[in-house]
Amino acid sequence: MKKVALNAAGLLVALFAAFPVYWMISTSLKPSSEIFSSTPQPVPAHPTLAHYREILTGNLIPGVSFLDFFVNSAIVAVSTVVLSGLVALLAATAVARFRFKLRTSFLIMLLVVQMIPLEALVIPLFLMIQRLGLYNTLPSLILTYLGFSLPFAVWMLRGFVAAVPKELEEAAAIDGASRAQTFRRVLFPLVAPGLVATSIFSFITAWNELIFALTFINDQGRYTLPVAMTFFFGRDDTNWGPVMAASTLFTLPVIIFFLLVQRRMVSGLVAGAVKG
Amino acid sequence: MTTLTEVPETSAARETPARRRRPVDRLPYLLLLPALVIIGVLLLWPLGQVVAMSFYRLNSVRQLRGDREWPWVGLGNYTDILSDPFFLTVLRNTVLFAAANVLLTMVLGTLVGLLLNRLGRKMATFVASCVMLAWATPALTGTIVWKWIFDDTSGLVTWLFNALPDGFSQALFGRSDWTGYGWFNSPLLFFAILTLVVVWHSFPFIAVSVLAGLKSVPSELHEAARVDGASPWRVFWKITFPLLRPVFGILIVLSTIWDFKVFTQQFVLAGGTQDRPTFMLSIYSYAEAFSPPPKYGLGAAIAVILTLILLVVTGFYVRMVLRQEDES
Repeated sequence: MKKVALNAAGLLVALFAAFPVYWMISTSLKPSSEIFSSTPQPVPAHPTLAHYREILTGNLIPGVSFLDFFVNSAIVAVSTVVLSGLVALLAATAVARFRFKLRTSFLIMLLVVQMIPLEALVIPLFLMIQRLGLYNTLPSLILTYLGFSLPFAVWMLRGFVAAVPKELEEAAAIDGASRAQTFRRVLFPLVAPGLVATSIFSFITAWNELIFALTFINDQGRYTLPVAMTFFFGRDDTNWGPVMAASTLFTLPVIIFFLLVQRRMVSGLVAGAVKG
Repeated sequence: MTTLTEVPETSAARETPARRRRPVDRLPYLLLLPALVIIGVLLLWPLGQVVAMSFYRLNSVRQLRGDREWPWVGLGNYTDILSDPFFLTVLRNTVLFAAANVLLTMVLGTLVGLLLNRLGRKMATFVASCVMLAWATPALTGTIVWKWIFDDTSGLVTWLFNALPDGFSQALFGRSDWTGYGWFNSPLLFFAILTLVVVWHSFPFIAVSVLAGLKSVPSELHEAARVDGASPWRVFWKITFPLLRPVFGILIVLSTIWDFKVFTQQFVLAGGTQDRPTFMLSIYSYAEAFSPPPKYGLGAAIAVILTLILLVVTGFYVRMVLRQEDES
């Protein structure tokens, strides 16, 4: 009896959590007549890819299609990932492998800057972007997201670097490898999985971001996906079929990536609190 | 030659007077340099800049580019904000919203965490996977879907309310036809839906963290208490909660920080920055700065106020994390 109640509660939670995602995908596959019917269909009765076709082939504004926004977002996210991964790896090595004067101060700073409300930085960064002449360019976003993703990336990679046994590097050094060689041949391959996990977080940060993309880009052709979706979604006669198809295409990569790394997210954020 | 792996100096070695002075190893500083420059230029400098900007009257982009003068107004922006009764509305919205959301997120997240710990293996995996979906969904698309669910013509909620028996609906809500009902029109209802969206997004993190904490607690303790006839309520407050107190502390602080600066969900749900009665600090700051006519200085001052509030909360967070790093 108790078991039944627990399982029922479990199903209820699962329904609440997963339903919107299901509803998004389900709506995206329904013909418009089913979407706007007065009795909702729980499952698409006549599934169709028409909304996907409309989004992928049609132009949202003259000369610009959904794919262009997809590409803009991908350029920004991938550039952010590469840059932040590289810089974070260097910093994480410093923190995990050396004892030096400012080490603790640096770690505390990492914690503190992660708590800066990024929403508060949109005005001064707008100023900086204007001054640098980067307004209305994708690099303005790459630069911004690099700053946002770096502290967490260093914090997370630190653990991966520390987990590589020092003895391996010492052995390489005794065998006459230089520091650079040790880094490249010994440390890097062993830290690579951690680097992938960290990169996924940077990717998600850059891929999802809305406010800065909304503020720094003026030219519609350079919109990233989130801005494009907000823009085309804001109109009165919301055409939910294409909107849900676009949302699905935007969401799926994130969900897949996220599920790959979610374990580390918990341990990263709760830091030392959760042991074992 | 120094190796990549530095042997930490023992305190004994440091105290020996005859210790050989080694040259300071510059490598770690070189490795840190790029990260320090980026964090400095892209996070710390703007943080200082936002404070500086809040002391000027900045009402055009040309001022930002440096083509025009920056008139110094001292605390003028702050007195403007604080003397505006609207600021009180915004502050009240922000604080009440954060308080309600932190509370609901923590309660729901903890309950789900406890539930996941009790479920059988297959069921737990299934429920956890579903919960992960909510967590993984980007704030933007998650909000768009909820907005569709609350659509005033074909939305699921509108249909559900229409499906209620007419007399019942009439007696309870004073209307039976819900088609065309503006779910987002009254501030209270807007905040209720916003809360639903934000809690939906944020309870998974709490649930998973609480579950991870529970897994680290020896299950014998719970079993022993249960055998002794303690009620689940007592088991939670006498055993689980004290053991997980540090986890709860950090989760509450993190949730507070996140819920104080909700932006995307509100922006999408409200369809922009026009819905002033539902403003909270972050969207207020943004709207003042960027909706025409732009008031960058005023927006900056609001951002500073938000940051100061969060700084206090962050102080708690850093103290807790450091204490736990010491213990582990």
